[in-house]
Amino acid sequence: MSFQPVKFYQTGTFTVGNRLLAPQERSVQANMERTNSLNSGHRACQGCGEALGARYAIDAAMHATDNQLIAANATGCLEVFSTPYPETSWQIPWMHSLFGNAPAVATGIAAAIKIKRQKGLKDDVRVVAQGGDGGTTDIGFGCLSGMFERNDDVLYICYDNGGYMNTGVQRSSATPPAARTATTMPVGPQPGNVFGQGKFMPAIAMAHEIPYVATATVADLRDLEHKVKKAMTFRGARYIHILVPCPLGWGSASQDTIKLSRLAKETGMFPVFEAEYGELTNSSKIRRLLPVEEYLRPQKRFAHLFGKSPAVATIARLQALADKNIRKYEMLDKEAN
Amino acid sequence: MLKQMEGSHAVAQAVALCRPEIICAYPISPQTHIVEGIGEMVKAGEIVNCEFINVESEFAAMSVAIGSSATGARTYTATASQGLLFMVEAVYNASGLGLPIVMTVANRAIGAPINIWNDHSDSISQRDSGWIQLFAETNQEALDLHIQAFKLAEELSLPVMICMDGFILTHAYERVDIPTQEQVDAFLPPYEPRQVLDTHAPVSIGAMVGPEAFTEVRYLAHEKQMQALELIPKMAEEFMAIFGRDSGGLVRPYRTEDAETIVIAMGSLLGTIKDTVDEMRDAGVKIGVLGITSFRPFPLDAVRQAIKHAKRVVVLEKTFAVGIGGILATDVRTAFFGIQMNAYTVIAGLGGRPITKTALHELFEKAGRDDLIPLTFLDLDWNVVNKQLARERQKRRSGPAAENILRDVSSTAAHIS
Repeated sequence: MSFQPVKFYQTGTFTVGNRLLAPQERSVQANMERTNSLNSGHRACQGCGEALGARYAIDAAMHATDNQLIAANATGCLEVFSTPYPETSWQIPWMHSLFGNAPAVATGIAAAIKIKRQKGLKDDVRVVAQGGDGGTTDIGFGCLSGMFERNDDVLYICYDNGGYMNTGVQRSSATPPAARTATTMPVGPQPGNVFGQGKFMPAIAMAHEIPYVATATVADLRDLEHKVKKAMTFRGARYIHILVPCPLGWGSASQDTIKLSRLAKETGMFPVFEAEYGELTNSSKIRRLLPVEEYLRPQKRFAHLFGKSPAVATIARLQALADKNIRKYEMLDKEAN
Repeated sequence: MLKQMEGSHAVAQAVALCRPEIICAYPISPQTHIVEGIGEMVKAGEIVNCEFINVESEFAAMSVAIGSSATGARTYTATASQGLLFMVEAVYNASGLGLPIVMTVANRAIGAPINIWNDHSDSISQRDSGWIQLFAETNQEALDLHIQAFKLAEELSLPVMICMDGFILTHAYERVDIPTQEQVDAFLPPYEPRQVLDTHAPVSIGAMVGPEAFTEVRYLAHEKQMQALELIPKMAEEFMAIFGRDSGGLVRPYRTEDAETIVIAMGSLLGTIKDTVDEMRDAGVKIGVLGITSFRPFPLDAVRQAIKHAKRVVVLEKTFAVGIGGILATDVRTAFFGIQMNAYTVIAGLGGRPITKTALHELFEKAGRDDLIPLTFLDLDWNVVNKQLARERQKRRSGPAAENILRDVSSTAAHIS
C-alpha cells in the first residue's frame, strides 16, 4: 500500500478518519484495506446510528479475524435496510433467520464451524450475531441468555436505539423512562415511558460472567473499534452494547447523531465501560459532566418534559438515574473533576 | 443385526449411523429417550465429529439447527407436542430457507388440558409448514425412515419430520434390525450443500422478499414437495436394494384388492387395524387398509389408485380440526375428485385413549352397513359430555371444562374445592 509521509495539521490526532497517521496507528475505517462489510447503497435513514455502528463494528471484527467472519442477524432495521431482495449490502457471509433467534443461529454456525475444523477446515472462522434492542433485550432474551450460559464462541452486538423503530417506534424494555414512543404516548398523569427497572443488558451479560462485556457509542468510534478487536481476542461468549441514536424514533436532527451519543455518555445517561468475567475492568471517564437536560432537550421524544411547565420532578428522576450510573460504573475521574 | 430394544434407542442408533454433525435438543416427553441416547453416544466418543448442544428451549433447538445446517453441517433434533408448537416460527423458517434438517416428532397431544399421551395433533398442526412428514407404523420403520430422511432432505433441500407415536412406539421394546455402518454409508453420501455460509464465497441468506417474488418462492416450495412424491418411492426402492427391507414409500395398501371398505390411517394404529381386518377377512368381509406413510407431500394419485374400486372409505385419525372434523379425511376426499363414494371420518385415540380391536370391529361392521354418521368420535362417553353441556346451559359463564369432567369420571386427579 502506498503511503505518503507528508506532515499535515491532522497528523498526530487520532480522529477516526485520519489517513495521515502511521499505518499501524490508523483506525480500521481509515485503512485502505477495510472490508466495507456493510457496503454503501443500503436504505438506512439519514443519520442512522445503527448503520454507522454496524459498519464500524463488523469491519473491525473482519480486521481482527483476518476476514474469517460469519454474521447472524436478527430481524429489524439493520436486516431490512441492508437486504431488500434481490439486493444486499453485506460483503460477508450473512444470515437472517428470525427476530428472536439470532444468538441461537450463531451458536449453530459456531458449532458447525467447530466440526468443520475437526474435519480439516484450516480457517479460524469466527461468528458474530447482531440485533437491535428489541431483538436483544425482549424477544431474543432467552436465546441470548442460553448462548451466554453455554459460553458459545459468539460475539453478540446489540445496537440499542431504545425502541422498536422498524415497526414504527414502539416501546422496548430498553426504552428510557419518560420517553415518548407510539405505545407510551405523552398523555395522562405520567406521560411517556414508565419508570421501571428497565433492562440494561450489559449488566445482565456481566451477571452471566462471560469472558468479555463492553458498551460503546457511535460518538467514539475508535473506542468501538478497539472493543470489537479486543472482543475477538477472547474465546467464548462476548457481548458489546452500542448506543445508536435513531433520528426518526428520537425526534432528533440527523446531524445530531454523534452529538447525542456523546451527550448520552457525558451526562451519565449511558455508561461506557468494559468488563471481564463479570467484573468491571475499565470505564470511559466523563470529560465534562453535564446535566441530563442537555441530552434530553434536543430529542422530541422528551419534548413533553420541557413544555410551558417543565416536568421538574421527572427530569430530577432521570438525573438520579444518571447519577447512579456515574457512581456504579465509575464514570468520573476523581482527580480531574 | 437383530436386537430387542426400545423404539427411542432404535432411532438414536439410526441417527448415529447417519453420521450427524450437530444434534441440538431440549427435553420433552416422550421424545427424551431419543436425544438422551444420542447424547450419551456423542459424549462417549461413539459418534465422532459431532457436537451435542443442550439448548434452553425448543425455539432455540430449531434455531441452532438452522444456523448449523446453513453452515453445511448435517443436523438433527427431536421434539413433541408443546415443544413443536413452541418452535413453530423456526419450523416454518427452516423450510422456507430450504435447510435439510431432520427432526423426530414423538407424537403427543396438545393442551390445554395438558396431556402427555399420544395422538397426532402436534405434527398435523405443522402440515402446512413446508416440511416433509413421514409417519412410522413400527419401530423398525421409524429406524428405517430416519436413514431415508437424511438422504431425502439433502437431495431436495427440504427439512423432514419423522413422526412416530409417543410411548406406543418410542417407549415400546420391539425387535429391530440395526443396519451396519457400511450399509448406511453406501446409501447415504456425505452432505454437500448447494449454498452455505462460507467466508470464501460470501452470500446473504434470508433476505426480505416482497410481492414481486413471494408467490414464486412459495410455488417452488410446493413444486419441491411434488418432486418428493417421485423421490420417496425411489428412495424406498434404493433402501430395499441395500438393506433388504421394504420400508417407507408413499402409501401401504393391505388386502385392498377387492375390498369394498377401505380403512385409512397413519402410524402405529395400523397394526391394530390390520389385525381387525384379518379377522374380518377370515369371516368373509371384503375390507382392506391403506396406510399413509407420506402425509406431506400428500400422495393424492396413490390414494386415488388404492381406493377407486372401493364402495366406501373409513378414515381413522388421531386428531381433528375443531369446528369441522377430520384433517386426514379432508385430504383423502381431495383424492376422490370425480368419484362418488361414502367417506366416514372417525376421530379416535385422542390424548392416548386406547383403540381396541373390539371397538374397531363394531365400527367397521357399522361402516359396512353404511350405518355410520359422517363424523364419529370413537368411544365418546356421552354421559360425561351431556352432563357438562347441561351444567353450561344452567349457568352461562366462561371457564375450562376439564376439571368438571374429571369430577364426573371420578378421576383421582380431580380435587376441586
